[in-house]
Order: sequence, then structure tokens, then C-alpha cells
Amino acid sequence: MQPAYSVIFFPSASGMGYGLLILLGVLAPAEMIPDNRAFGLVSLGFALGAVTFGLVSSMWHLGHPERVLLAYTQWRSSWLSREGVLATVTYAPAGLFAIGWIGFGEVVGFWGVCGLAAAVLAGFTVYSTGMIYASLRPIPAWCNRWVVPVYLSLALFTGALWLNAIRLLFGHPAADASLVVVATLLLSVSLKWAYWRYLDGARAGSTPETATGLGSIGKVRLLDPPRTQTTYVTQEMGYRVARRHAAKLRRYASVLLFALPFVLTLATVATHSWIAAGAAVAAALSGSVGVVIERWLFFAEAKHVVTLYHGA
Amino acid sequence: MTSLPRDPGPKKLGLVIDLDTCVGCHACAVSCKEWNTGGVAAPLTDLDPYGADPVGVWFNRVHAYEAGDGMGGRTVHFPRSCLHCDEPACVSVCPTGASYKREEDGIVLVDEDLCIGCKLCSWACPYGAREYDRDAGVMKKCTLCIDRIYNENLPEPERVPACVTACPTSARHFGDLGDPDSPISRLVAERGGRDLMPELGYRPVNKYLPPRPTRGGTDPAEGGADPLRPEPESDGGRFLRWLDATLSR
Amino acid sequence: MPANRERERVDTAPKISDEVKETTCYMCACRCGVRVHLRNGHIRYLEGNPRHPVNRGVLCAKGSAGIMQHNSPARLRKPLRRVGARGEGRFEEIEWEEAIALAVEWLGAIRRSDPKKLAFFTGRDQSQALTGWWASQFGTPNHAAHGGFCSVNMAAAGIYTIGGSFWEFGEPDWERTRLLLMFGVAEDHDSNPIKIGLSKLKANGAKFVSVNPVRTGYSAIADEWIGIRPGTDGLFVLALVHELLRAGSVDAEFLIRYTNAPWLVIRDEGGPEDGLIARDGDGAPLCWDLRSEELSSALAPDISPALSGSYRLPDGRSGTPAFELLVRRYQQPEFAPDAVAGTTGVPAATIRRIAAEVAAAAFQETVTIEQPWTDWAGRRHERMTGRPVAMHAMRGISAHSNGFHTCRAIHLLQMLLGTVDVPGGFRYKPPFPKPAPPPLKPAGKPGEIVPGAPMPGPPLGFPSGPADLLVNEDGSPVRIDKAFSWEAPLAAHGMLHMVPANAWRGDPYPIDTLFIYMANMSWNSAMNTAETMHMLTDRDDAGGYRIPHIICADAYASEMVAYSDLVLPDTTYLERWDCISLLDRPISSADGAADAIRHPVVQPDRDVRPFQDVLIDIGARLGLPGLVRDDGSPRYPGGYPDYLVNHQRVPGIGSLAGWRGVDGTMEGTGDPNPEQLERYVEAGSFWQQPLAPEMRFFKHANRDYLKHAVAMGWIGSPDQIILQLYSEPMQRFRLAARGHGQVLPPAELRERIDRYFDPLPIWYQPFHEAATDGDAYPLHALTQRPMAMYHSWGSMNAWLRQIHPSNRLYIGRRRAEALGIEDDSWVDIVSPHGRVRARVKLMEGVNEDTVWTWNAIGKRAGAWALSDDAPESREGFLLNHLIPERLPPQPDGHRHANADPVTGQAAWYDLRVRLKPATDGATASAPRFDPLPRPPGLAAPSSVLRFGAGFRPRRPERAAR
Ligand SMILES: Nc1nc2c(c(=O)[nH]1)N[C@H]1C(S)=C(S)[C@@H](COP(=O)(O)OP(=O)(O)OC[C@H]3O[C@@H](n4cnc5c(=O)[nH]c(N)nc54)[C@H](O)[C@@H]3O)O[C@H]1N2
Ligand SMILES: Nc1nc2c(c(=O)[nH]1)N[C@H]1C(S)=C(S)[C@@H](COP(=O)(O)OP(=O)(O)OC[C@H]3O[C@@H](n4cnc5c(=O)[nH]c(N)nc54)[C@H](O)[C@@H]3O)O[C@H]1N2
Ligand code: SF4
Ligand code: SF4
Ligand code: SF4
Ligand code: SF4
Ligand code: SF4
Ligand SMILES: [Mo]
Repeated sequence: MQPAYSVIFFPSASGMGYGLLILLGVLAPAEMIPDNRAFGLVSLGFALGAVTFGLVSSMWHLGHPERVLLAYTQWRSSWLSREGVLATVTYAPAGLFAIGWIGFGEVVGFWGVCGLAAAVLAGFTVYSTGMIYASLRPIPAWCNRWVVPVYLSLALFTGALWLNAIRLLFGHPAADASLVVVATLLLSVSLKWAYWRYLDGARAGSTPETATGLGSIGKVRLLDPPRTQTTYVTQEMGYRVARRHAAKLRRYASVLLFALPFVLTLATVATHSWIAAGAAVAAALSGSVGVVIERWLFFAEAKHVVTLYHGA
Repeated sequence: MTSLPRDPGPKKLGLVIDLDTCVGCHACAVSCKEWNTGGVAAPLTDLDPYGADPVGVWFNRVHAYEAGDGMGGRTVHFPRSCLHCDEPACVSVCPTGASYKREEDGIVLVDEDLCIGCKLCSWACPYGAREYDRDAGVMKKCTLCIDRIYNENLPEPERVPACVTACPTSARHFGDLGDPDSPISRLVAERGGRDLMPELGYRPVNKYLPPRPTRGGTDPAEGGADPLRPEPESDGGRFLRWLDATLSR
Repeated sequence: MPANRERERVDTAPKISDEVKETTCYMCACRCGVRVHLRNGHIRYLEGNPRHPVNRGVLCAKGSAGIMQHNSPARLRKPLRRVGARGEGRFEEIEWEEAIALAVEWLGAIRRSDPKKLAFFTGRDQSQALTGWWASQFGTPNHAAHGGFCSVNMAAAGIYTIGGSFWEFGEPDWERTRLLLMFGVAEDHDSNPIKIGLSKLKANGAKFVSVNPVRTGYSAIADEWIGIRPGTDGLFVLALVHELLRAGSVDAEFLIRYTNAPWLVIRDEGGPEDGLIARDGDGAPLCWDLRSEELSSALAPDISPALSGSYRLPDGRSGTPAFELLVRRYQQPEFAPDAVAGTTGVPAATIRRIAAEVAAAAFQETVTIEQPWTDWAGRRHERMTGRPVAMHAMRGISAHSNGFHTCRAIHLLQMLLGTVDVPGGFRYKPPFPKPAPPPLKPAGKPGEIVPGAPMPGPPLGFPSGPADLLVNEDGSPVRIDKAFSWEAPLAAHGMLHMVPANAWRGDPYPIDTLFIYMANMSWNSAMNTAETMHMLTDRDDAGGYRIPHIICADAYASEMVAYSDLVLPDTTYLERWDCISLLDRPISSADGAADAIRHPVVQPDRDVRPFQDVLIDIGARLGLPGLVRDDGSPRYPGGYPDYLVNHQRVPGIGSLAGWRGVDGTMEGTGDPNPEQLERYVEAGSFWQQPLAPEMRFFKHANRDYLKHAVAMGWIGSPDQIILQLYSEPMQRFRLAARGHGQVLPPAELRERIDRYFDPLPIWYQPFHEAATDGDAYPLHALTQRPMAMYHSWGSMNAWLRQIHPSNRLYIGRRRAEALGIEDDSWVDIVSPHGRVRARVKLMEGVNEDTVWTWNAIGKRAGAWALSDDAPESREGFLLNHLIPERLPPQPDGHRHANADPVTGQAAWYDLRVRLKPATDGATASAPRFDPLPRPPGLAAPSSVLRFGAGFRPRRPERAAR
């Protein structure tokens, strides 16, 4: 699949934002993170900023962004529509939560419920995003049971990285926060590796033979495409990275997304506060770049069955 | 609308394509382009039409495949357009309701006024039947020539899709596949018409008739013939004299 | 669940057109009927005309893309005069007056001094009746159309053998045939009729066998595909003949009644008439009547002619029925399936089986139509019985230097099976059959070319012996292309492919003006293209061009335009009158004659003129006899439509056969009808005349048909047309090679004439192949017509070019793997003559010794108003660079044309190559030439094409949500 910028940045940024929002919405009411208003401003601001950036960037690739409101209408059937609805609805409790925290310095009680509600809605939003992909049968690399968990865990993990970084920037070292990072990291690593293993081992359900119905004659090969140059379908759906490159990119993604943040996060536990803050920011940045590569690969490695018609 | 019709009517209009006679001439593809570029989905925009990478919107495209190895296999020409599926995920993924399936005849259409151009439906279509018009910013696709098949400005026999009228080998058939007694359904039954990628569960309405087996064998039942037996008189002059049974001019 | 909004209201019945005009398609030479729907004066849509006899409503890809041809940015807009060096492509726009005056100046000077210094050649046009007549009025023999590089082998072999031919002049009996053998056809001129026919044939359960090195297109739907090695069909067919003879499976009755099988051939070794037909005092051929046991005129009815034996002729020499010679030849073991299997690549068992199937279909599945008919001798037959084996062949046979004989072999096979113009067999389309050959001789003998005077006849015809050749006293050619000379005696369509090279070389003489109409001679219709470009621009010692003037009449910015001094811009096919005449290449079917016109359905939006109008205008200004009245005023002031209606070839016969006579009630012959064109337009732009049922078969021997054909002016006499198994005209040339007669070939050509003018079909290895080291160049290289592209002129079509923007070289997977060539990689294709770089595509269904590509996709950068980096020039390639127009030198230094020795047909498909993987990281094809600049007046094409947006039906208001 063609990894368009907008579809890469959207889930990366918004995933990160929603992950952070979930953590804030759960941890703040539980009084597991500092409740100071500046911290609230920066962390919630960052979360909602990332979410908003992601949502806006997802509109870049629309042919008619001005009609975007129409996308709220089909929540009964369309995961994309549900995602839009949920994303929008999430702003309400998230906004109230922000008002409570930043305006009144309150994160419990009613405001805490708002936080929890925002966290739950954010979770569903990420779930919907995952489901958009996981429900596309023509793309076996997406339509499987690993995709939604990966989306959720990566959102939490990248959110946790930023939470940790912001917290350390505010001078609030805490081992349990690092623990959240490490826990979500381990979860993400195992899910992502499981996903990759699944991908490498998956047997193609559809083949050129089933695509053409000519299997009874023998192996089917493309002789002539409908045209020798590209078409919309081959441009959009025909993008593939070579296996060799994919392996390399998976390594880069793993290093940036998992290994480096892991080491840096451990470093935050062991070092001085400003070095720890630096390490945490570095971990978050590394993770953010890593998740973009991961998302890029998620597209580039995914093979659409329509490519079977084009000689794939 | 994006939800599939609850009570789809019995009528399922669609195409049947006979791979046994399709010669891959592209007539259906071009006549489709020609009709539809001035029809309800007009225009079928072409970008960079005279330049390095011309890319236009087409609703129908013709591939050629080879099945089987070496000289013993087959070459099969294979036109591909929207199959007007019974379970079209292209419709259910659409966030705006622009994509819809008509309950009265099963035709899958895009309402261009609602389309935001998110392209998700094209991802959801396994058959590559949707084409995005970058210039118009909306998704377009085969309309089953809805502006021909019901068009009272056309004489009755011409109310068929443009690709069907054009096809020089009559490899394309149009009709109601929901009615098991329609000529087109009977054709499908007779010739063992097939679904493409049935495993995906889209339940395409359009069917493909597989190529008939070749007839290279010696079996007279397959059109082969008994080997010629040499005429006993056939060497040299004797054969000639044998021919000279007094036939008259 | 209620719909959450009102569904869109689709206008399912929009208005399609304000007006529908019926005309004839010219996106290719098939000439289908089209209905042009116009809205607000613009073309909305073209569709097949369901009433039209050619296409019955269907329309091919090209036809459907007519709108894009008509709107192409490559359309020329105004006459152009060269300002830069020739070939640079720099021009200035001039007015028509100036353009015509310039042409008249050049041509007038030629006509006054030496008319043959005008070489007037036409390519894909359909106005040959006009252009040929114009040339003879001008007085030059140097005229022909494209047939010489196209399929004259088919035309000549057919016309000399059965008085008709494949190509588009005959067709299989699609309805009734049980077995169709198709040789070397990818698309053909009868594009839509063949497709309609094949689907009918398959629906009938008949068997379709395609003999073709490549399994695409028609071959893909064949019930059996025979992947023969190129150039060997003659052997394959003669092996079938061998098998049929071995089994005695021939239709002796057909042979006796309809062919010259019983004619006695004079056996007089070394004598001046050896091998000619023994004739009586009236010139009638003789045979031996078994009933009376004496010699008889072979033309007499009710005799029982012998097919074998040896008979004493009155003068004491002996005569043998042609059939016996034939049997003796093809009984030879060299024609046995086992002997030919290696060369043809077709297993002996397959050959035997096909022979058996052919025999079974012919002799066990006869078809009968309960329709009485009367034969040439007046005998009534109660029914029409036929042998349902049909054959069709085209350029896969034609474009080889052994194509004439191969095509004759196929006709011979048809005759042995008795399947010529019978139910289920091959059928003639009127005005065919004609006598084999027709009594029409080419004009242009040395004394017939006189300054300021017309020639006494048309430049093309059918020599029946050396006396009819156009040669000088010393045997040298009269014509610039050497057609009808000893180099190519039966070159019935001329040899356009040799014109630039001969003119450049001054061999046989230099010319002054090359006048080209609708042929892309600096590109895809030239062999040796790069050299040809050089020849067209080369200068002599004095600094002048070796070809002093080049005029081209083109409608588009083709590669040829750049090589012209004067460009006469033509209209598109929707903007002019054209005529598809029975005198030329009509649209008849086997069931009846038909002809057609084109008429302007829209007016040009630029300063262009229909070429025919311009040609008539030039002719009148030159004062050509047929083009002016006695007072010197133009005879056809109304231009081409005026000519179409009023010109009469001979009294009563003109361009169009329909609605003749002053009141329009006559057909075929009759006085001019001033309203003839109106009648055509009303009738859908075509006229057809179904043959009465009793005339539809056995046309060569059917009294009613023959009489009808005479009345229509198609043939001169109602005599039976006897099919020529044994070709006496061929033998006449052979005798000349053996020193007999008045007109003798030059010594160096005698052996060649002797060998290739065999009166019975022979097979030999194609020349260029034979002259090439088979080990060094192990592969045959072919081209095929893509169904969705017409030669070079589809690339400016925004829709068609999206289907074939570039071409690949196809090669068999196993062969490629053996050569270490990967799919999609770039290779050099090397022939002894040159090198072309291309990208390969591996495939399964191709003869293992063969590579091929789609024809004429590769373009010169900048031509056709395409951008300089268009895939057509960046990745596309032209195979023509590898094909030399002349064969390697003979021992005496003489170089023959790369052509068939009998007809001069260009031997495109004799090419042998080897492949070399490109190791330098190539990403583009080669050779590449400097991009051609866009001619003046042509706007840069737009980057977005929204054709049709204006026709979109208005969307009904949506109810408020
Ligand atoms: N769409 C389209 N239609 C056209 C044209 C066009 O350009 N485009 N051009 C028109 C013109 S001018 C012409 S002349 C006709 C030509 O029409 P065709 O005769 O169909 O011409 P080609 O495409 O040259 O096809 C030749 C076929 O012969 C095969 N072949 C080559 N060598 C041999 C051989 O030795 N033996 C056998 N058995 N087969 C062989 C090739 O694989 C190919 O399939 O088409 C006309 N129609
Ligand atoms: N390698 C290889 N070469 C081949 C062949 C092959 O099989 N292989 N086939 C050969 C054969 S059979 C043929 S017939 C030739 C064909 O080759 P050409 O006769 O050169 O045919 P086109 O490429 O169609 O070019 C015809 C010219 O007519 C112009 N034209 C188009 N429409 C009009 C019009 O309405 N009016 C005027 N005045 N001009 C117009 C076009 O712009 C173009 O310049 O190619 C030959 N060359
Ligand atoms: S073919 Fe594709 S676009 Fe058409 S209905 Fe089926 S899924 Fe939808
Ligand atoms: S591109 Fe248009 S039709 Fe397709 S899913 Fe998006 S809104 Fe719906
Ligand atoms: S039915 Fe109409 S829109 Fe669909 S492929 Fe055929 S011509 Fe095109
Ligand atoms: S028009 Fe008919 S024969 Fe031609 S490609 Fe389409 S389906 Fe095949
Ligand atoms: S075959 Fe196609 S291009 Fe040729 S005349 Fe017919 S419709 Fe036109
Ligand atoms: Mo041709």
C-alpha cells in the first residue's frame, strides 16, 4: 500500500496523543502523577495537540476536506466514521478534564470522571483506528487479530514515553512512571514481533489463481497489464518494499522504537534529573521517529490482493 | 446509505464475461471510457494526457494472463470492472454515505456530492474497481451504465452498457443475475461461471465464464479425427489413375 | 433502519444527443459504420452502427477513441513550409494559395520535362482509385499505395491463383465452417468482422486452429494453437498436402470442374514452351477427355478430363495434366510430416492429426444449403454443397520473402479440399472473383511516359508474362521502386518501402519530388529507419538535397512532417468526404457488394483542407487532362464530392455504385446522379446490394453471379473463372530466364527468376534469414499489431496511448532463462544490421526461437505533440532499425531488395537477431534521436483533460436533509 504522509502521520501522532491522554486520564485521577497545573497544561496540551495534529493531517489527503463533516454520518457501519465521531466526542470530556486540571487544579471527583471518560473514549478511538485497517479483507497484512492490539499498545507506549519525558522535564522523577514505559514497551515489542512473525508466516489466502479463476488450467502469470505504465490502482495499492529493505527497516524501527527508548528509559532511573530528562526526551523522540517508520512499514509491507491482478 | 440495503430486491444486475471468446481488444474499456466521460460520472479525467505519465480514470481495464507453463498453457484476456458485489465492503467502509448499493437493482454507485475523497473504499475493494479522480477529488467507478440501461432516449435493444454493445466478440453479457431463469443466469449455469476471489466473501454479482478446454487431442469426440489411412493405391501413378474415375466437368 | 438521508437522484435517462450522423470510421482500414452523437455541435459519443454490414453495431477500441483523434493536439493547423534544414522540423506557416502554388511550380516543371521524376506514393489512405488515376493523368508510373510493404504477397498469390484473395477481399464462411485454419493473423483489416466471426464460429462449436508463433489475441481463443517457427508455414501446408494426397483425400470433382488441374502442361524439356499450357487454335487450354479418349478443350462442359497420364499433343509434344505434376511433386518425401517437423517446429504427429481433421471436416461433415443454382455451362444444381474447412491468412505469411509461394500453397490446399467459395469454406467478396489474373496491365512502358502527357493506363496491374513488365531495353527497371521489373515482376502494389533508398541512390535514376500522402516514411513504414532519415536529408556534392523536394500530406505532427519541405495539412476523418469504392478496397461481404462514404459531420476549426480536394485542385492547375475541361477550367470545381459524383472511370462506372442514374434508381452502372451523396448520407453512408441466394456461392462458376458481375462492371465477361493450381504466368517468366522469348531478364537475375518462378508452390528459407548466420543470430524477431493501436497514429490519442504507452520485447521464459535474461530487464537486440535497446517481458506462449513486440509503439521524441520524455520515446522502441531494406550483396555485388522475389513484398518478418543483456544500468530504449520541435501553430497540450465534463447531466436538486 502507498504510504502517504497523511496516513502515516495521522495514526502516529494521534496514537501518541491518545496514548498520553489515556495515561493522563487514568493516572491523574488516581493521583499517580503530579497534579500541578503547569504540568497539566503541558502534558494535556501535548496530548490534545498531537491528537489534533494527527486528525488535521489525516484531512490533508482528502479530495474534499470541506465536506469532512459528512464523515460523521455513517457510524453505524463505517469504522472510519466511528473513529471520527469518537475522536470528536473525546474532545468534550478531555476539554472538561483540562478545564478542571488547568483551570482549577482539580483532577478528582467530577473532573476525574471526565478524565476517565476521556481515557475510555480515547481508547475506543484508537481501537476504531485499528479496526479501520483490521476490517479490510483485501489487505491480509492488516486484516488480522494483531493489528488492533498493536495499535492500542503502541499508542500507550508512545504516550508513556512522552509522559515520562514531560514529567522529568518538570523534575518529577518516579520509578513507577518508567515502569509504565517499560511495561507498555514490552507489551508492544511482543505484539509487534508477533505481528511480524504472523506476517512472515501467513499463507496467502488469495492467489493469482483465485483472483482470475483460472487455477484449474495451471499457474497464472500476468502477460500484459491493462497498460504498461501506472494507474491509480497500481499507484495506490501497488506499493511494496522489497523483502530485503523491509528486514532492514524492521531493524531500524525496532532500534528506534524499542531498543533505544528502553536503554534511555533505564538511564532515566539511574541518573541525575537533567540528564534523566534529556534521556527521556531522547527516548520519546526516538520512539516517535520509530513509530513513524513502523507505520510506514505497516503500509509498505501490506500487500493488497488487487496486486494479484497486476502480476504480484 | 453506507449500510447495505436491508431488503435488497431480487434484482441483481450485472455482467457476465466470457473468457473463452475475449480476444483482449480493449474495445469494452475504451467504449466505457467514452460513454462515461460524458455520462453521470463525467468526466473521467486524464492527467498529463500527452506527457510522461498519463494517468486517467477508467472503469474497465483489460489484462492478459497466461495460465499453465510453456506451449501447453493458455493465454486468457481478462477484462476487469466493478463486480457490483452483494457484500461490498467498499460501501460499508465509506464514512460519508457516498458509496451505496441500490436496493432496486444492486448497482453500486458513488454519490459524488457526498464523497470526501478519503479513498478508503478503494482499499476495501479487492478487485481494483474504484478509481480516484484526483482532479475532481472524488472516487469514481463503473456505474453499470445506469444512464444507458434505463435510458428511454435509447431504443430498447440499446439499453445495455456501453461495453456490452461495443464488444466485437460478444464476450460480454448483461442481465439480471438475481433471476435464476434469466438468459444470463442460465448461461452462467451452463458454462460454470465463476466468482473471483470467492474466499473474500464479497459475493460478486458479475461472473466469469472460464475458457473451454482446448481441442488438440485425437479424440474424435473432442473434434479430433481418426488418423488418415493411406490410400492403398496411393503411391505414384496408381493413385492418380484411381482418382481418374470418370468424373465429369 | 430508515435511510439517514435521501439517496442521490441519478438521472438515468439523460438526453444523449441533439443530432445523430452516420458515417464511416477511419481509425483503421476496417471501415466500420459509426453513429456520431452530437450535442450543441460537439461530438458526445461515437458508437457502432447496428445496421452497418461491416460491424453490425460493435466498435473496437480505436473506433471508440475517435473523439480523441479528432481533438488531438497533434492536428496540423495550417500549411507549412520548411525553414530550417530538412529533418530539423522547423517550419513557417503559409497560406493555402502559396502552398498550392509551390506544389504546382515543382510538379509543373517535372511534368514538362520528365514526369517520372515525380514519385507519388500513398500509405494508409483509401483514395487509391483517385490517386492512381491522378498519377496516370500526370504521366508518372511512379505511383503506388502501401500494399507493397503490406500484403501484396497475399493479394498477388490470391489473384493469380483463385482470382480473389484473403486480406479483406474474402472471408471464411463464419456461419457454416466446421474447421478454420488461420495462419499468421494478429488483427488484420477485417478487425471487427473477424472478431464477430470468431465468436460465431466458436458458438457453433466449430474448431478454430491458429497457426502462429505467438499465442495472443485470436490465437489465445483458438481451440488449438500451433506455435510454428516463423517462415515455415509453406512447408507445414505442403506437408498437409502430402498427407491428403497420401490418403487420397482430395475433392477430385472440384478439381476437375473448377481448377486447371486437368489442363495439359507441355512437356518439352528445353523447348520454348516447356511447362506452358497446351492450347488449341483458339487459345483454349487442352485436356484429355477420358470419355471420348481424345484431346478436348478444357473449357468444354460435360467432358471427363483426365487428371493423370501423358498425352500426345497434335504437334507431337507430350502433355501431362497439371495435377499429375502436382501429385508427383508433393508426394516427395521432403514434404512428409517427419521431414518437415524439425524445420517447422510442429511435431509430425500434429501435422498428421491436423491433416486428418481437415479431411474429416471436409469429407465427412459436408454442409448443404437447399438452394438450386446454375453453373457457368447452364446446368442446374439442386443444392449447394460445400466442404466446411475455411482458411484465412495474412501478414504472418505475407511479410516473409517466401510469402507468395506460401500463400499459393494455402490456396492450393483449399482447392484440393474443394473449399473455395463453397458453403463452409473461403468465400469471395464481390467484386471478386476476377480472372486469375485480371487482364489489367500496368502502364508505364518506356514509350508510355511522355512529358506533358498522361499515361495510357493505370500505374498498377497484373503482368501475365515478361512482355508486360515495365523494363527498359536493357532489362533495367522503369519505375523508381523497381516494381514490375525483373527484381519483382508481379509487384502488383508497387514497392513503397524501396522508394527513399532508390531515390537517394539514384538507382535506377534520381527523382525530383517525393510526394507522400498518409505514410510515415521516416519512421514506422520504413525499413532501416535511421538510415532512411539520413537518405531523406542527405545532400549531393553541389549541396542540394539528393531528393530535391519532399511534399507530404498529413493530418498530424508525425515523424514524416519533419522531413518535408511542404506540408499539406489534411482534415480528420470526421471533417471530410471520403469514398470506399468498389474500384478500390470496398466494404463488401461475401453475401453482397457494398461501398461507403464518409461525410463531414463537423467542420474543421483550423485552416486545413481535405487532401483529395487539394489534389484535384493541384491537378486542375497543372492542366491534367482528366481534371480540366476543354476550356481549361477545372472539371471538378466542387472538389472531391464533385469528383465522386461526376467522375466516370468508363461511361456508367464511377467511384460509387449506389444510387446511380440521373434519378438514382440504378446500381453498379449508370449515369452520374447529382444527388448521389445525399442518398448515401440518408442511408447511413453506405450502399449494399445483397446477392440473390442463388448467386452466393460458387461465384467463380455461377452463371447468375457471373452475369450479374458483368452487368455491374466488375468483370469483363461471364466466362467461368478457372482456379489456377498450376500458374502459367509464372512459367512464362521462368522460360524467359531460360532464354526463351523477346523480353529476357538480365543475366545476373536469370537463376533467381528460374528458381522462384516455379508454377507450383515451393518452399525455401526466407532470404534474410538464409543470409544470416543462424548460430550468431538464433532468434526470429517479429512484430504484431496491437488491437488497440493503429500503426503510428494512435499515440497522439489520449485514451489509446494509455493502453500502449510503451512496448516490450517478448521472449519465451525458458529461452530467456537459458540466456540469463530476467523479466523486465533491458537488453540489446542485435541484428547483422544494427542494435536496438528494449525492455523484455517473459512469456509462455511463444515459439521458442521467436521474440516479438507490438508494432509501431515506439515514437520519436517530440513527434505527435507528445512531451519529449513520453514513454513512447523513452521506453518504446521500433524494431524497424534492425531490418535492412536490401539484402547482403550477391557475389557480383548486386543487392536485392529485402523482399519477396516474385512480388517485391517487404520481408519484415525474415529478421534474425540475438539478445545481449544490457549491463550498463540502462533505463531507456535506444537508439534515441533529437526531439522534434512542435510544428508552429500547435499549442502545448493541456496537462488535464476533462473531456465530457460539459455533457454531464445536471444533477437534480437534492431534497434538503
Ligand atoms: N489494431 C490494428 N489493426 C490493424 C493495423 C494496426 O496497426 N492496428 N494495421 C492494419 C494493417 S496495415 C495490416 S497490413 C493488417 C495486418 O494484420 P495482421 O496480418 O494481423 O498483421 P500482423 O500484426 O503483422 O500479424 C502478423 C501475425 O503473424 C504472426 N507471424 C509472424 N510470422 C509468422 C509466420 O512465419 N507464420 C505464421 N503462421 N505466423 C507468423 C505474428 O505473430 C502475428 O500474429 O492489420 C490492419 N489492422
Ligand atoms: N516493423 C514493422 N514495420 C512495419 C510493419 C510491421 O508489421 N512491422 N507493417 C507495415 C505495414 S503492413 C504497413 S501498412 C505500414 C504502415 O505504416 P504507415 O503507412 O506509415 O502508417 P501510419 O503509421 O499509420 O502512418 C500514416 C501517416 O498518415 C497520417 N495520417 C493519419 N490520418 C490521416 C489523415 O486523415 N489524413 C492524412 N493526410 N494523413 C493522415 C499519420 O499522421 C501518419 O503520418 O507499416 C509497415 N511497417
Ligand atoms: S467490485 Fe469493488 S467496488 Fe465493486 S462492489 Fe465489489 S467491492 Fe465494491
Ligand atoms: S472516497 Fe468517497 S466514496 Fe470512497 S469511502 Fe471515501 S467518501 Fe466514501
Ligand atoms: S457497465 Fe458501463 S461503466 Fe461498467 S464497465 Fe461497462 S461500460 Fe463501463
Ligand atoms: S471488448 Fe470483448 S473481446 Fe474485447 S477485450 Fe472487452 S470483453 Fe474482450
Ligand atoms: S475496426 Fe475499429 S478502428 Fe477500424 S474502422 Fe472499425 S471501429 Fe474503426
Ligand atoms: Mo499494412
